[in-house]
Amino acid sequence: MALTIPAIRRQFPLLAREDLTYLDTAATAQKPQAVLDAMREFYERSYANPHRGMHILAEEATVAFEDARKSVQRFLNAEHLEEIVFTKNCTEAINLVARSWGSQLKKKDAIAVSLLEHHSNIVPWFQCREQTGAQVAWIEIDDEGHILLDSLDRLLAKGDVKLVAITALSNVLGVRPPLEEIICRAHAAGALVLLDAAQAAGHGPIDVQKLDCDFLAFSGHKIYGPTGIGVLYAKREILEAMPPFLGGGKMIREVREDGFSPADIPLRFEAGTQPVAEAIGLRAAIEWGEQFTWKDRIAHERELLKRATSVLSGIDGVSLLGPRSVDERSSCISFTVEGIHPHDLTDILGRKGICMRAGHHCTQPLHRRLGIIASTRLSVGIYNTLEEIDRVGPAITDARARFA
Amino acid sequence: MDLYAENILDHYRNPRGKGALQQPTVAHEEVNVACGDALTVELKLEKNQVADLAWTGTGCAISQAGMSILNEELRGKSSDEIEALKREDIIVLLGVPISPRRLKCAMLCLHTVKNALRKARGEEPQSWLMTVGLEATD
Ligand SMILES: Cc1ncc(COP(=O)(O)O)c(C=O)c1O
Repeated sequence: MALTIPAIRRQFPLLAREDLTYLDTAATAQKPQAVLDAMREFYERSYANPHRGMHILAEEATVAFEDARKSVQRFLNAEHLEEIVFTKNCTEAINLVARSWGSQLKKKDAIAVSLLEHHSNIVPWFQCREQTGAQVAWIEIDDEGHILLDSLDRLLAKGDVKLVAITALSNVLGVRPPLEEIICRAHAAGALVLLDAAQAAGHGPIDVQKLDCDFLAFSGHKIYGPTGIGVLYAKREILEAMPPFLGGGKMIREVREDGFSPADIPLRFEAGTQPVAEAIGLRAAIEWGEQFTWKDRIAHERELLKRATSVLSGIDGVSLLGPRSVDERSSCISFTVEGIHPHDLTDILGRKGICMRAGHHCTQPLHRRLGIIASTRLSVGIYNTLEEIDRVGPAITDARARFA
Repeated sequence: MDLYAENILDHYRNPRGKGALQQPTVAHEEVNVACGDALTVELKLEKNQVADLAWTGTGCAISQAGMSILNEELRGKSSDEIEALKREDIIVLLGVPISPRRLKCAMLCLHTVKNALRKARGEEPQSWLMTVGLEATD
């Protein structure tokens, strides 16, 4: 059954604002009422600090927090519950891997990242390089954003790559690297694989067992959940061998005058009071999403991106970035407009209530590879309509006319 | 009043003072890393006054028109007079409302000129925080 978009829209309080056309879901998704309600209800009825204290309220909070972990486990189809670590966001999840797992790297080791990556999946590896002396190597892409598997093979052939850190869905070009192929080749060469699923998590199913990835990171706020909560998935045996990340309360088994011993996973990586209400909001977002099928959601977003492609390519001076085939795109489409800087364009569109993002979208190496400084991005979510996409065309044409 | 008033668009389409000087006293470039706006200013200083200037740059209409408009104000001004220019002065010169999200675009001209003068005096460039304030740091 196809999605009923008007009914879906009514579940998002912010979308009641008729002055807005929100086409920036890749930056962050709007929140359905169910998420807001779940968080408020927790604060109003069951709020306490989980895993602390014996009283009834602490127990209710603990159960709610651990139920949230279970819903993430289901969302990713992780084999074990303790493979799910809560973090502040996707960025922190990647940093956790870089600081903890990465601290064991040696000078001759290398981390391979692709030119598609968000700064969140680049900078932590540069920081890891500073601390361990390990190398950071780039996996090349072609002009449409396809990963050049030859280039991956060349890096892997040297035998010193310990980790391939790669996006599951580009936040600029909307392309999906061939993950199963990449993971297979990496494992054959003795390297682990980290997937940055910040974008992917909101636009299609994820099955970490089928993918056989070793780490996967995403943020709650991009899948219609709250800010302040993210997830790191890591295979159990890998997580068990990793040293703690942040130190403090809750991540310890015992503290003595002469030192400490860390708690078991996953609490070992959850130092201090956690974003409990946010975890509960994330659970609500996941459960809210489960009322729809991925098939329907993907079909709807594909329609939107098809329309966006035809609207944009019909405008003089617009150049689309990324794959030529619409079928290769999920989530977003980025472009440049001859004669208008993206900031001017989005500023002008913004006065018509059209919210789109301009800039380098935290992907400077990708923009440099494409030979541009900045671009404009149209991104879609479950609540967008074809009429919304259609508003973009005349607005860009108007902007062009003013700058001509 | 619209940000893209005719005066702004006119300066953007037909920038004034764009080019290079024969023998500048100092040349200095500043970029807005977030969006890639870039300006390079060349100053010819005589007796601590701006005898002549020229500039080049790329970027959004606000950053480029801003430099074009400021360029027309600087000849004959002393370093101290330029040093005293504040963000409010630039906003008055531009004559259009500048929202917080466009502040850095609008102030790139002032930031570049002030740091060119500092360079001429052998000083370190100052931060965005110093030129504009906290809203402009990123
Ligand atoms: C591909 C990708 N990776 C990582 C991130 C970082 O997400 P967050 O800022 O929520 O940590 C983003 C978000 O912009 C993204 O699009």
